Amino acid sequence: MNAVLSCFRRTGALREHAGPVALSLPTVIFLLILFAVPVVQLMLLSVQSGSFEHYEKAFTDELYVTVLLNTFEIALFVTVISFLLAYPLAYFLTVATPMWRAVGMFCLLMPFWTSILVRTYAWMVILGRRGIINETLLSLGIIDAPMSLLYNTPAVLVGMVHVLMPYMVFPLYAVMRRVDPNLMQAAFGLGAPSWRAFVRVYFPMTMPGVLAGASLVFILSMGFFITPVLLGGGRVTMIAVLIEQFVTEFLAWEFAGALSMALLTFTLLVYGAFKWLMKSERNLA
Amino acid sequence: MTETGSARPRRRNWGRLILGAYCGIVLMFLMLPIVVVFPLSFSSASYLQFPPPGFSLQWYEEYFNTPSWIKATIVSLQVGVGTTILATILGTMVAFSLVRGRYPGKAWVDRLVAAPIVVPNIIIAVAIYGLFADLHLIGSWYGVMIGHTVYAIPFVVLVVSAALRNFDVSQEHAAMGLGASRLRAVFMVTFPQIKPAIISGAFLAFITSFDELIIALFLSGSNMTLPKKMFENIISEIDPTISAVSVLQIVLVGAVLFLSQRLGAGVSPLKS
Repeated sequence: MNAVLSCFRRTGALREHAGPVALSLPTVIFLLILFAVPVVQLMLLSVQSGSFEHYEKAFTDELYVTVLLNTFEIALFVTVISFLLAYPLAYFLTVATPMWRAVGMFCLLMPFWTSILVRTYAWMVILGRRGIINETLLSLGIIDAPMSLLYNTPAVLVGMVHVLMPYMVFPLYAVMRRVDPNLMQAAFGLGAPSWRAFVRVYFPMTMPGVLAGASLVFILSMGFFITPVLLGGGRVTMIAVLIEQFVTEFLAWEFAGALSMALLTFTLLVYGAFKWLMKSERNLA
Repeated sequence: MTETGSARPRRRNWGRLILGAYCGIVLMFLMLPIVVVFPLSFSSASYLQFPPPGFSLQWYEEYFNTPSWIKATIVSLQVGVGTTILATILGTMVAFSLVRGRYPGKAWVDRLVAAPIVVPNIIIAVAIYGLFADLHLIGSWYGVMIGHTVYAIPFVVLVVSAALRNFDVSQEHAAMGLGASRLRAVFMVTFPQIKPAIISGAFLAFITSFDELIIALFLSGSNMTLPKKMFENIISEIDPTISAVSVLQIVLVGAVLFLSQRLGAGVSPLKS
């Protein structure tokens, strides 16, 4: 040990490394003890019995398979809808006059910084049986009886899109701002109709933003908890809701561990796919 | 909008009009929940009614006169301030290490520090819950603070390391060349320049903690934070007091963002 140390000292390597390493140590130890080890332990619980029975249960029992598929489906829908809303908005923010850009940014950032809980509560007030939409339509005589707009999948989608859409706008806006407007002009100059210039020139150039936004929204959707619980009212179950139930209601830690492992694996797969796509995207460019 | 539009070919004006209308609807959708909460909180009705029949401050009075709401607010502030201090110190230190250092295993430190953003909150919450249940830390405010710090560290690191990367190290070397020790150079030259970023990171940590529900749901027990108290109230009955609490929360977060803009480098999600 001493020999190693003196060797380091002689080459100056220790002096060079010691500072940065020492600076990172408190945080590294903190995160290892309070984050990495507990998460790994939770995962290990799922195979504690020495078999994969919990995974078998999670991936074959119809009840749980439905929840997994539901989670995927909702995440996919949220991603697609967010994209459809975010892409034009991000474009609008890049071409708008400074005044309109400020208005747009305000309307985007104000809800973004508002707590998810507050926004979800507001959607309950808007969509409820005696909510704003129903009361308005009733008083206008458009409907005779209140519609059930709350406690179903569309309500969850509305709430989730509202929370996650800004995460799609930010990377898109960042990319669109860097697109050279002359390229579109060149496409027009060469006789391309505007839709074609968009599909062939503009859209491919914003692809990194699309990928970043879509994977971010998809990853965040998969782990969503608050919105499905409150706007789904127990009728829309996503994987995070299931994990919470198994821990707090059934104290079934091993099964919760297996579900957490599944969620984390899917999350990392999407993250990995995104990194890989970005790399090949960069290689193309 | 039309001012810039007129400079372009006429046939594209329709496209701009449709784009503007579409984005107007999207922006209204984004603002709708915020716009709804404000009038409700000043409603004179005894239950949720929209539009409110009259103006009253009864829900704010209800909030200030209910000890459990005040207690939850105090717990949240305590946890928020604790998280801010801990996450800012730990995050800034590791940001220095990651930007300046070159040592084996740095890539892993980088991954470890960023991981709490990628790993879903529910998994962090359940994992720490398992550990804290064994240690009998459930229901203590500092337990929640520790959980929130895990979650807030990456945000501080992101903001501070971005500023450090933009900082020209030769200024520090110049100070050292003039006889300052490394520590003194860092404190006298580097810190004042990245201070806005550190302040922004600190405010970001505070907001992250103050709004966080899932970790608090598991760790705070009966010693509820404000989001947990709100969550339980929403589940049991939709009570207009929550509108008043929501408005107060929006105002507080707004004030924090304003301060961050004035004192720090601002916390814009567009920069990262």
